[in-house]
Amino acid sequence: MVREVRGAMQSNPNRDVEADCIRRIQAGEKHLFHELIRPCEKPVYFLLLSILRNETDAEDAAQETAIKVYRNLHQFRGESQFRTWVLSIARNEGLARLRKTESRREDSLDAMTEDSGDFTPAILTSWREVPSEELERQEVRTLIRQAIDGLPEIYRNVMLLRDIEEMDVRETATALEISEGAVKVRLHRARALMQRSLAPKLKGFALERKKLFGWFK
Amino acid sequence: MRIDCKHVWEHISAYIDGDVDVSLRAEIDKHLETCEICSAVLDSTRNVVVLVADDRVFELPAGFSERLHARLDREIAFEDDSTPP
Repeated sequence: MVREVRGAMQSNPNRDVEADCIRRIQAGEKHLFHELIRPCEKPVYFLLLSILRNETDAEDAAQETAIKVYRNLHQFRGESQFRTWVLSIARNEGLARLRKTESRREDSLDAMTEDSGDFTPAILTSWREVPSEELERQEVRTLIRQAIDGLPEIYRNVMLLRDIEEMDVRETATALEISEGAVKVRLHRARALMQRSLAPKLKGFALERKKLFGWFK
Repeated sequence: MRIDCKHVWEHISAYIDGDVDVSLRAEIDKHLETCEICSAVLDSTRNVVVLVADDRVFELPAGFSERLHARLDREIAFEDDSTPP
């Protein structure tokens, strides 16, 4: 039975499947909560890591988030997607922890103005594609992670949800409690900053060298 | 009106997402035909977006999922124990 639900959750993460799963959990099939929360684990952890900047704290906050979601499942009204609701609980958990430890930096979140920073892209005269196969290299993965880590938090959070979790503009706006316009502006800036920081570093991993192996067509 | 490079850059993210209106898209496409710099900026931005989205970039710490579900199991068991029959 668990496998059936897991398959359904992964291949068809729609509201009907979620709603059915939630009903069954509330009717006593509590073990199904594991499968309900599983697709949310990754975005919850990385959103919390983005907010807290510490792996141990992010993992602890992710566990606490999952427990809060379980305890408050009856409050989920289905007005947004389940994942969106879970992510807003995660975000609140992260922000509450920051406030408690008073480690919130001046330049983060609310204190950060939308207009600060230079979003001019890296100027290039040509670009050869860096194929996804290059991600097999640890150094390429590290370069990308470092670039994301280097983004201001408000831009990083939007990029996490829009480009990595592939949430739509509306879901992202709901989870982060910002306007849809702000999601678009922040995503644009995140992508511009990423292009500026990464394009010069990734150039060396472009397709050209593969010509030697006859892969280039 | 012919748009300049800066104007194209301002719309690159929306262009990638297909979130620009028909006339602006046509203007940008026309600009891209003759501007090597904007073509390279667009291609590199799109490439970065594809690479960032790859599952291999963001991997959960080893054992994360096991620890999370073990804690949930304890929570569920605790709730069962404390629920009156």
